[in-house]
Amino acid sequence: MSNTVHHSVVDRENDYIHAGYGLKSWLLTVDHKRIAILYLISITIFFFVGGFFAFLLRLELMTPAGDIVSAETYNKLFTMHGVVMIFFFLIPSIPAVLGNFLVPLMIGAKDLAFPKLNLMSWYVYNIGGIFALYALVNGGVDTGWTFYTPYSSTYSLSNVVPVVIGAFILGFSSILTALNFIVTIHKMRAPGLTWFKLPLFIWASYATSIITVLATPVIAITLCLLLFERLMGVGIFDPALGGDPILFQHLFWFYSHPAVYIMIIPSMGVISEVVTCFARKRIFGYKFMAYAIMAIAIFGFLVWGHHMFISGQSVYAGFVFSALSFMVAIPSAIKVFNWTATLYKGHIEFRTPILYAFGFIGLFTIGGLTGLFLASLATDVHLTDTYFVVAHFHYIMVGGAVMGYLGGIHFWWPKMTGRMYNEAWAKFSALILFVGFNLTFFPQFVLGYLGMPRRYYIYPDEFQVLNVLSTAGATILGLGYIIPMVYLLWSLRKEKNVGTNPWGATGLEWTTQSPPITHNFEKTPVVTGEPYVYQEEEKVVE
Amino acid sequence: MSSFPLLPDSASTISDQIDALFFFLVAVSVFFSLIITIALAFSAARYRKGSTASRKGALSDYLPLELAWSIIPLIIAMFIFGWSAKLYLDMHVAPANAMEVYVVGKQWMWKIQHPGGNREINELHVPVGRPVKLIMTSQDVIHSFYIPAFRVKQDVLPGKYTTQWFEATKPGEYHLFCAEYCGTSHSGMIGKVIAMEPADYEKWLSGTSSAGIAMASSGAEVFERFGCKTCHRQDTGLRGPALDGLWGKQVKLADGKTIVADQEYIRESILNPGAKTVAGYQQLMPTYKNQLTNEQVNQLIEYVRSLSATQENQGNNQ
Amino acid sequence: MSNNSDSAVGHAHHFTDMDQQREASTLGMWTFLVTEIMFFGGLFVAYALYRSMYPEAFAEASLRLNLLLGAINTGVLICSSLTMVLAVRDAQSGKVKGLVRYLIATIVLGSAFLVIKAFEYSHKIHEHLIPGSSFQFAGPFGQQAEMFFSLYFMMTGLHAIHMIIGIGVLSVLLYQAKRGRFTAEYYSPIDVAGLYWHFVDVVWIYLFPLLYLVSRH
Repeated sequence: MSNTVHHSVVDRENDYIHAGYGLKSWLLTVDHKRIAILYLISITIFFFVGGFFAFLLRLELMTPAGDIVSAETYNKLFTMHGVVMIFFFLIPSIPAVLGNFLVPLMIGAKDLAFPKLNLMSWYVYNIGGIFALYALVNGGVDTGWTFYTPYSSTYSLSNVVPVVIGAFILGFSSILTALNFIVTIHKMRAPGLTWFKLPLFIWASYATSIITVLATPVIAITLCLLLFERLMGVGIFDPALGGDPILFQHLFWFYSHPAVYIMIIPSMGVISEVVTCFARKRIFGYKFMAYAIMAIAIFGFLVWGHHMFISGQSVYAGFVFSALSFMVAIPSAIKVFNWTATLYKGHIEFRTPILYAFGFIGLFTIGGLTGLFLASLATDVHLTDTYFVVAHFHYIMVGGAVMGYLGGIHFWWPKMTGRMYNEAWAKFSALILFVGFNLTFFPQFVLGYLGMPRRYYIYPDEFQVLNVLSTAGATILGLGYIIPMVYLLWSLRKEKNVGTNPWGATGLEWTTQSPPITHNFEKTPVVTGEPYVYQEEEKVVE
Repeated sequence: MSSFPLLPDSASTISDQIDALFFFLVAVSVFFSLIITIALAFSAARYRKGSTASRKGALSDYLPLELAWSIIPLIIAMFIFGWSAKLYLDMHVAPANAMEVYVVGKQWMWKIQHPGGNREINELHVPVGRPVKLIMTSQDVIHSFYIPAFRVKQDVLPGKYTTQWFEATKPGEYHLFCAEYCGTSHSGMIGKVIAMEPADYEKWLSGTSSAGIAMASSGAEVFERFGCKTCHRQDTGLRGPALDGLWGKQVKLADGKTIVADQEYIRESILNPGAKTVAGYQQLMPTYKNQLTNEQVNQLIEYVRSLSATQENQGNNQ
Repeated sequence: MSNNSDSAVGHAHHFTDMDQQREASTLGMWTFLVTEIMFFGGLFVAYALYRSMYPEAFAEASLRLNLLLGAINTGVLICSSLTMVLAVRDAQSGKVKGLVRYLIATIVLGSAFLVIKAFEYSHKIHEHLIPGSSFQFAGPFGQQAEMFFSLYFMMTGLHAIHMIIGIGVLSVLLYQAKRGRFTAEYYSPIDVAGLYWHFVDVVWIYLFPLLYLVSRH
């Protein structure tokens, strides 16, 4: 890409943070960078709310009997943990924060195509959040984040309606952001920036947006039907009234399986940026990486039935969904191998972001491989609905998506704020997170194979040792999330500015000052070269 | 059971086969995790910034390698798929001589009835060495009948039957869990599966208090009580189809399709008579949905089956 | 999507030129319509499943719908699509008077559709065909007919909400058109609103046979 431009004097008055003061200048902003910061604040609050629930869950599971909370409260805790973490944290995390901040910067645009829509999506997000929080303080909801009927439509006595309305509204915020990204990436790239010169983070954001646009409306209508059934008492999904509860599961997973890719693909984009930067090397197999992202997005739509191998769907449907699920493993494997190959013969500099990238690659590999156990029909019968599934998706969602998100935050923090955090603390917390994470979730694979079902408030005694290990790990993990809050906020009080390109990275976002000016670039950049040109002497073998 | 097991009991004909596949998957996972870990560690150590190792010939693209690590995993994945699909199919098709047991799930207990009439709650006694097929339905929400030691699990749905089968190989007591979240006491919806030597099982069958009245006999009572006989008996005019010899036969429907008279069909005909009308008959029968319990429907089914018992040698009640 | 064009003259600051802005809003609307298709798609899947499960009940329940009113409404909507096309054409050539006239025509036709729909709904209330506790349907298919009417009200209700939103958008555009906001250079709000309007009409073109013509071969 174009060469790094160093501004000797940072234009403090013009950067987006100092472009206006006061609450109003933030709440009415249409600047994608400020909206990213607004999102950062919102989702961080929800992350710690969801994390607090998780902590209580693990505390309760220290002993086989129920002792800290009641069964009812426990069920509400895991439901709210799932709802908050998935809908209010993971799905918006990278797209709404890093994506919002970076998509225009990386493609050399002044803003997203529809800035007002972008601001609206943040408000929509918060309105959805208010519904969820209302349900929470009003007594919670106990259906599990999957809202399976007929429990959710007929039997649950908890606040299903406000939570479902909240999730429904939230869907529109995702759709608006995704729509904005699709149009922006199609229509607003800088001159010369062709598709195969795009950074992989843009490819990832694009694939994620496509999934969001196609899948989210389906959950929206499904939740509408659920509300209709619960409020009117008619049997869209109720077998007692002629409905089919399996239809709900099909519609639910038609969204919720692709939603997993909404959560993980952006992290893959982040890791590609980080690995190349700190290996000082081009990404290995750029085109394969781009195609792999799109392949994952497409296959992601064809595998929803693998959540239903024991639901009573036909054996042959099971065969098809299983075979297709194995196909998803291939592009995922390509990505892991290519990141590994990128590091080979690089000049690896061990700064904070790449530690998160190493963590991501390792944990995602385990998460992906254990996915094979669940894609495989016969083993899935034993493992589904046990802690094996819980461990598997936490390896993907926390080990993968959250590690990627934190890696991205650490990588672009200097760009977003103009400040550098304390790297000793940052490396320490990366290590703590890695250790704590494995200690929390690895024992759960064993628990699952032993047959401990998920969503169990009390459990047989022989599972206790592994549960205690898991709770101990969760304590360490929790600490690992609190430390970054401290040093990142602390970094803001420093006076010293980090300069345009503290990591020596390629990419258009590193050619403008940190923090960037309101319209991103003094002059629209023109792109002539390929992405990730870190070493001129590298040979490209075709 | 030891206090800290790392492997679950393996006590059915299928469980060892599942374990074999499972450990093959573990081996594949360990192999690939090790490759990645070693490669990462090697690069991290040798090619750290400032090291003097030669970077000559560094590549950013190499098609043969890309194809290799696309195609090899694909082959492994398809191999696992085939192996697993074969097992899954075996787990679905119950042997013809399987002993059938009815299961009704409700918040938050398992109600079980053997064809001989023995009832149990949250316990299931089975003989070893004989396939057992569970015919399951739910009174309310979705449950899931899970026996980890047998490696079997199947969702139990309201409004229809699902089935699963297993053959226990080792006498003992095993966990029975509800695996599909079903409300407040989900984790209390647990029980025991007790696998017994056939002789002990026979002893148990005759020793329990609920023994004696076979399901079919209870079904005959229900048949009387709800007036089913006014239409479905030869001697009363037959406004509805005759039931003698019906079980397992092909039934011709009004819309030209045919269907096998099995549990699901008879259940539907009782609860939702309008769904499938037999050719040559008028749709007159009202629904019995709100009048019969799931247990009574199960008994009626056994009764209808017993009406064909003479033609059907594989009687289920011995 | 039309709300990002801050002034009648010239493009919004973050676009390079008028063309880029127009292309962006068109692509934005198409993307939005894709989400709409998926949204209605879920309902169509439910419809397909239950119709295949209960074909006789659906046939019988469908007879209770008023074919004449449904057919008239189909005609009304097709006409409204025509007037919408004419509005876009006049906007393209900068004929403000024609634009205003055709927008009014489209709004009137859309409202007529809703009025007729309201009549249909009120008949259903009288006939106790609203799903829920007051639902009554004689014959052996009562419960399954309720499923049909649940889907009927969900599908047509959702469609009606889209019509109301469409009429609202067109009313705003009408107000702006009267104030001379649109020119031959700047008319993309009319263009994308037209796309939306046609989409809503097309949904009805599917709903009409699926709901009204089940058993009328």
